[in-house]
Amino acid sequence: MDIRKLAALGAVSTLALGTAAAAQTQIDWWHAMGGELGEKTEALATAFNATQSEFVVVPSYRGSYTETMTAAIAAFRAGEQPDIVQVFEVGTGTMMAAEGAIVPVYQLMADAGVAFDPSAFLPAVVGYYTDPQGNMLSMPFNSSTPILYYNRNVFEAAGLDPDTPPATWAEVEAFSRQIMESGAAECGFTTGWVSWVQLENFSAWHNQQIGTMENGFAGMETELTVNGPVQVRHWENLARWQEEGVFQYGGPGGGNDAPPLFYAQTCAMYMNSSASRAGVLANTPDFEVGYGMLPYYDDVEGAPQNSIIGGATLWVLSGGSDEEQRGVAEFFRFLSSPEVQAQWHQDTGYLPITQAAYDLSTEQGYYAANPGADISIQQITLNEPTPNSKGLRFGNYVQIRGIIDEEFQRLLAGDVDAQGALDAVVARGNALIRDFEAANN
Amino acid sequence: MQTKRTIFGNKGLPYLLLAPQLAITAVFFLWPAGQAVYQSFLREDAFGLSTTFVGMRNYEALFNSSEYLNSLQVTVVFSIATVIASLGIALLLALAVDRMIRSAAPYTTLLVWPYAVAPAVAGILWWFIFNPAIGILPYALEMTLGYDWNHNLNGNDAMILVVVASVWKQISYNFLFFVAGLQSIPASLREAAAIDGAGPVKRFWTITLPLLSPTTFFLLVVNVVYTLFDTFAVIHATTSGGPAQATNTLVYKVFDDGFIGLNLGSSAAQSVVLMCLVMLLTFVQFRYVERRVTY
Repeated sequence: MDIRKLAALGAVSTLALGTAAAAQTQIDWWHAMGGELGEKTEALATAFNATQSEFVVVPSYRGSYTETMTAAIAAFRAGEQPDIVQVFEVGTGTMMAAEGAIVPVYQLMADAGVAFDPSAFLPAVVGYYTDPQGNMLSMPFNSSTPILYYNRNVFEAAGLDPDTPPATWAEVEAFSRQIMESGAAECGFTTGWVSWVQLENFSAWHNQQIGTMENGFAGMETELTVNGPVQVRHWENLARWQEEGVFQYGGPGGGNDAPPLFYAQTCAMYMNSSASRAGVLANTPDFEVGYGMLPYYDDVEGAPQNSIIGGATLWVLSGGSDEEQRGVAEFFRFLSSPEVQAQWHQDTGYLPITQAAYDLSTEQGYYAANPGADISIQQITLNEPTPNSKGLRFGNYVQIRGIIDEEFQRLLAGDVDAQGALDAVVARGNALIRDFEAANN
Repeated sequence: MQTKRTIFGNKGLPYLLLAPQLAITAVFFLWPAGQAVYQSFLREDAFGLSTTFVGMRNYEALFNSSEYLNSLQVTVVFSIATVIASLGIALLLALAVDRMIRSAAPYTTLLVWPYAVAPAVAGILWWFIFNPAIGILPYALEMTLGYDWNHNLNGNDAMILVVVASVWKQISYNFLFFVAGLQSIPASLREAAAIDGAGPVKRFWTITLPLLSPTTFFLLVVNVVYTLFDTFAVIHATTSGGPAQATNTLVYKVFDDGFIGLNLGSSAAQSVVLMCLVMLLTFVQFRYVERRVTY
């Protein structure tokens, strides 16, 4: 083929693409869902595109949560940002502060004239993403909360009742010892996401303050307060249990090494996101899995309170045309419809974001057929959230999570005691929060 | 001795011939480096919506930060260990291959293979082998020596892991250059020494090593730069700088603070410091170490 033919062909195909784009408004959606979750995410876009012909949502996978957020920010600085970007919950502080860069969801819906009822959403989920006036800023997409998974076969072999998961930390310890002594498993329990599960959720679950000013919800002048006696006591126990083999550490961040410890039946119990359910079931064909709520210390007043969510929401970046914004609004309406939500919730293990989706799932008999699938919902709605258990919102929190992991590692390595580790978390974390405050004023 | 000289009739032509290289240097080095210097004096939010000029504040904060000083120390330990081990092992292998007559070619090919592996892939391979939960090596260590390997918690274990992974990756490259260097040493020199009664060790120290010094010097410079920059992917795939910053080298910290933490001012200041450090090191190497090299 000579060069002129090639050029002609190129021109024709560009024209063809051009007409297609003119007929439909393209909406770019950057997300961080890989693997099976990625397929389900792409399916949502395909389903939306099939319902109408005006807009076409183009999802694209951008790597991990951090990579996706960084890519979107870099794109914004270059003026090439997508319409929608999926940002994990710890990025909320950063996104909220970027007032000129985002379009709040409530405003988007109002401008586009799309019917939108904020009260239809579960308060425990949207509360995390609303401003102090109660306006919804981003669209909850995939929210989850940590729960307890346990190996029913090991429980049985150790002479424990497989229908009774441990409710308190004292029981976790006692059960673990019985399991280890009976030789049913080598270790009691492990956990993913130490910072999210064993500090943030632990604090909310025990109604302990994470930071001043309603855990940062009320303003940027907040300070961390996670070095209270209850948290110190828990970290002290974790360090002791690690020493004794009751607990095995699964690594920083998401705790990459924690799932294999549970799957290989090394550890009998495992705390991680409710959205890990599909992965847990796929990887444990050799034993039956039981589900329970997070354990608590029964002598702490107010425990158990309610757990808090993690996961990600969809943020709308400014700079799109009116037409694009209307498309985004339509897409969000589609995403929050009960049928779509219920399906997404049942496919992935993420929480339904509306009451209607939860009711629909109940009606469809999903929870009856899948015992344990509603533990997450019961847990986040156990009690009316207090200022300590609504969630948390701190600037630079991605880095602070890193600090929590580091100090936990130093604690387990024996370099520092629990009080020292949590004091260091507070001191180093507060310095980052002050940096953030300075950079955003 | 008479040398051939090429004379350009036109003054502009040499500059024109240099232009592509200069343009590449300007676009891919000078411009980004200038940007980094500029950004290191600013304090910015992630989106670049509010920017304040803060002078040297980012640099002051760096040198007052115990994490940064720790990172500096980690980098020194990591670089020295990696350079010595990768040069030493590569030289041993090259000497062994140099003595072979018929089987040298297949051995050389096999030893060069690791170089074709992408650093991130190498990192994942070592991550698997050393994984405390599912890896084969911790299991073997526990069985044979009773050593409880856990690079998730033990900083020394983590440092050993990243050094081993980085060395493994670099040995092939060093090995190739050493083999080539050894082959260019005339056999007659060594034979003459042997006839005079010098043993293999004596011949190595007095003939082979001095004649190999240009290769060694070149590799030293390349390896120092390798440990400072190219080992990023290995660290990213194995330890991510942990535990508790035990393997957080300077270049990893630049990435971590800039791209994970979105603290662009500090990250830019760190890259400027790193840039100066490399320039200084290279200067020292050429000014002082090169004097001892016999070409």
